[in-house]
Amino acid sequence: MNGMANNWKVIPPFHPAFDLDRCDYLNGCAICAKECSFGEISMEPVKGRNGEVRYRPRANLAACNSCQRCVKTCPQNAIHIEHQPMYTSHGYWTPEYASNIWRQAGAGGGVLLVGNGATGPQKRYFDHIMFDACQVTNPSIDPLREPMEIRRYLGRKPDRYGEEIGPQLKLDVPIMFGAMSFGAVNKRVQEAEARATQVSGTYWNTGEGGFYKDLRSYGENTIVQVASGRFGVSEDYLKSAAAVEIKIGQGAKPGIGGHLPGEKVLKAISETRMIPEGSDALSPAPHHDIYSIEDLRQLIYAIKEAMDYRVPVSVKIAAVHNVAPIVSGVARAGADIIAIDGFRGGTGATPLQIRQNTGIPIELAISAADTRLREEGIRDTVSLVASGGIMCSSDVLKAICLGADAVYVGTPVLVALGCGLCQRCFSGKCPYGITTNRPGLAERIDVDQATFALTNLLHAWGEEIKELMGSMGISAIEALRSNRDRLRGIGLNQEELRILEIKHAGA
Amino acid sequence: MCGIVGIINTDRNRIDGSHIREAIRIQRDRGNGLGGGFAVYGAYPENRDKYAFHIMYEGNGHSPAVSAVEDYLQSRTHVYQSEQIPVYPHDRIPRGPYFKRYFLKPIDEFLSPQQTEEDFIVETVMHINTMPDAFVVSSGKDIGVFKGMGYPEDIADYFRIEDYKGYMWVAHNRFPTNTPGWWGGAHPFTILDKAVVHNGEITSYGTNARWLEMNGYRCLLQTDTEVISYIYDKLTRRDRLSKRDACFVMAPALWEDIDRRGDEKDRYLRQIYGTAIVNGPFGIVLTHKGGAIVLNDRNKLRPVVCAQAGNTYYASSEECSIRLLSPEVDRIWSPRGGEPVMIDILEEYKGAA
Repeated sequence: MNGMANNWKVIPPFHPAFDLDRCDYLNGCAICAKECSFGEISMEPVKGRNGEVRYRPRANLAACNSCQRCVKTCPQNAIHIEHQPMYTSHGYWTPEYASNIWRQAGAGGGVLLVGNGATGPQKRYFDHIMFDACQVTNPSIDPLREPMEIRRYLGRKPDRYGEEIGPQLKLDVPIMFGAMSFGAVNKRVQEAEARATQVSGTYWNTGEGGFYKDLRSYGENTIVQVASGRFGVSEDYLKSAAAVEIKIGQGAKPGIGGHLPGEKVLKAISETRMIPEGSDALSPAPHHDIYSIEDLRQLIYAIKEAMDYRVPVSVKIAAVHNVAPIVSGVARAGADIIAIDGFRGGTGATPLQIRQNTGIPIELAISAADTRLREEGIRDTVSLVASGGIMCSSDVLKAICLGADAVYVGTPVLVALGCGLCQRCFSGKCPYGITTNRPGLAERIDVDQATFALTNLLHAWGEEIKELMGSMGISAIEALRSNRDRLRGIGLNQEELRILEIKHAGA
Repeated sequence: MCGIVGIINTDRNRIDGSHIREAIRIQRDRGNGLGGGFAVYGAYPENRDKYAFHIMYEGNGHSPAVSAVEDYLQSRTHVYQSEQIPVYPHDRIPRGPYFKRYFLKPIDEFLSPQQTEEDFIVETVMHINTMPDAFVVSSGKDIGVFKGMGYPEDIADYFRIEDYKGYMWVAHNRFPTNTPGWWGGAHPFTILDKAVVHNGEITSYGTNARWLEMNGYRCLLQTDTEVISYIYDKLTRRDRLSKRDACFVMAPALWEDIDRRGDEKDRYLRQIYGTAIVNGPFGIVLTHKGGAIVLNDRNKLRPVVCAQAGNTYYASSEECSIRLLSPEVDRIWSPRGGEPVMIDILEEYKGAA
C-alpha cells in the first residue's frame, strides 16, 4: 500500500508565496500563520546571522484554497497567492477530473463535498443580455434630479379592482437576502443581515436552521423557512416572522436535502434547531409529508391557517427542467410568492456532482416561469423571486426584465463580508468567520462593521439600479417587470432567444 | 415627437372639420408626413344606436379581403348599412387604400353567456384585424376616424373632413420613431367609443403589452397608442374603475406621497395594477362618448396645454393651435404631470342632433 501512496497525491494548485524582504518575521510577526484557518502556513525555524533562531512563514503546499485571508491580513503586503496548476498532457482528462478520482480512490474521499455555487463552464446568460437606453426620441431620466422608484410589494394580488389583496411584503429595494441557516453561517452574520435589512427596508431569510431567539426582535424583516428537516419549527417560530417560506429545493442541490455536520452543531445551534448537541442535522431530500402538489397545498394552507392569513407564504424551488409547469402548480396550490433558485445558487455543503450538473440557469427559468404564468392568466396571483448566480445590480435588473418581481442574493452577502470564494464552507474553518461557529473564527465578524457593509451593498445596488432605470427612461421599477422589449441578446441562438423572449441585438 | 389637438364642446354643439384641420396644420413641424388623422364624435347621429365600423382594405374594392370581412360580419352581426367612404385624391396624396363603413349591431344569439355587447364587438374587431389586408380603423357608435399616410391637413383634404360635423374632434400629426409609417398605423387609435391621440414614446411598452395579452387583448399594431387605449379600456370598462382611478393607475403618485397621505386605496390600486403603469414621456388626449381626459406622464416630459372658452375645451401640444381657433379664452393652463384633466360632456344631445 505504502508504495502506491504517492500515486494519489494531490497538491493543491494554490499556495501562498512570501516576499521575505518585505515580511516582518524578523520582528516576530506571525499573523499569516494565525489567520490561516486551513493550516497551510507554518512558521519554520531558521538560524539568524548570530546563530539565533527566527521563525519565518512557509507554505505547506497541502491545504491552500486561495481564500486570500493571509494576503489581506499581512500588514506588510508581503504575500500573494500563486496558481500552480498540475498539468496533464491529455487534452480530455484535465487535472480537475483526475485529481477528483485520486481523492476518491486513494484517500477514500467518498462523495466529494463543496461549498459556494456551481463553477462549471455553462453559459452565463446575463452576460449575453444588454439593456436598452433612451436616445433622442425619448428622454432618459436623471436619478439625481427626478424621483426614481424601486419599491416592490410581494404577495398575491387580485385579478381586478374590488377584490381583496393578500398580505404583502414591502421591499424598498428589490433585493432580499436569501436563505442561509444558523449553523451554516453564524449568529453574527445573521444579526448583520437582520440589521441591514431593517435599515434598508427589505428582508432576510433564516434558512432551515431555526430562528435564534436573540434575533427575534428583527422579525418584521425576517422570512422564516420550513424545510424538510423542520428544524426549529414551532408556532412561535412561524409567528415571529414577516413571511414563511416552504423550502422544497435549492439551486445548488436540487432534489437533495441539507447536511449540517455534527461538529458544527454547538449549544446555541442545537437549541435553535431543537436537536441534540453534536448530532448531524440531516434534512431529508423530500418533505416526508409532501409527495405531490396536493400535499404542498395542504402544508401551504396549514401554515396560512396557523398564521390567520396575516403573512404571505412563499415556496422556494430549485430551477429544474420543468420549472414552468411546476411554478404554475405551486401558484395554483396557494403560494403567494415563489422563489426560483438557479443552478449557480450557493450552498454551504453540496456533493460536487450535484452542484455542477443539476438544474438550469435562473435566466431561462425565470423567463419560462413568467411566460407560463402569463399564458395561464395567473401571473398576478403570485410574486416571483429569482436567485442563484446574481453577481451585480445589472443582474438584478435583468432578472426583473425577464419576469422576476425581486431577487434573493446569498453569495453577494458573503462576499460583502469578505468571503474569498474558496468553496470550503462545509469545513467549519471559514477564515473570514462567516460559515463557522468556531470560537476564534466566528469573532472575525464584527456585527457593526458587517451591518455597515451589507447596508452599503444594498444601497449601492439600489443606486446602480436607479441609474440603469434612468438610462432606460423608467421611473418606477414595476414598469420593467417582464419588459423583455428593453433587452437584447448577443451571441444567443434562436431557441435561447425564444425562451428568453428577447430579440437579438440589432433587431 | 408628435402633435395633438382636441376640441370638446360640452353641450354637444357640432362643428365641421375645417377648424381642427387648421388647428393641427400649424403644428406641421411636429410631424414628418408619415401619418395624420382625425376622430370625430357625433359624426353619424342618424345611426347613433349602431356601431360604425370604418374598415381599411389593402388594394381596391375587388380585394378578396372585402368579401372575407363582409362574410364574417354577416355571420355574426346585423349590418344595416354599408358604403364606401368617399375619398378625394390630390397631388400630395394621389392614392390610398380602400375604405368602407358599416353600421351594425351584434346578433344577440351569438353572444356567449356573460359576454357583453361591447365585449362581442371588441372580439369582432380583434378577429378582423388578424385577417389579411383588412384593418378596423374605428368601431364606436356615432364615431368616425379618418387617418392615413401624409401630413394631417393633406389627410383632411383626402377625406374632406369639412363634410363631417361633430361635438368632439381630435387630431394627430405623426412623427414616427418606432413603428414604420403606414395607413393603419396613423393615429387616432380607437376601440369602441374610445380614441387616443398620443405624443410620446412609452418605455413600459413590454410590461404593459404582456399584461394586456394576459387579459385577452392582442397588441397587433405594436404601438404605444394601442396599448394606452387597451389599458384604459381594461381599467374602465372591464374592471369598472373611475376615470380618476384609471388615470392614477397609468400615472400614479409617488410611493412616498401615497405613504404621506396614508391613502390605502391608492396604495391598493398601485399594488394590484403595477404592470399597467405607463412610464416614459407621454401626453395624451383620450376621448370617449362621455368626454375627454388629458393626461401627462408623471415627469411632464411632453407638452400639453389646456384651455376653456365658454363650453368649448381645448387640449393641444402647442398653445398656437388654441389661439388660432380662439384668440380669447376664459382660461388656459398647463396641467401638471400625472394630474388628469377630465372634461365631461352632456349625456345626450340637446333637442335635435
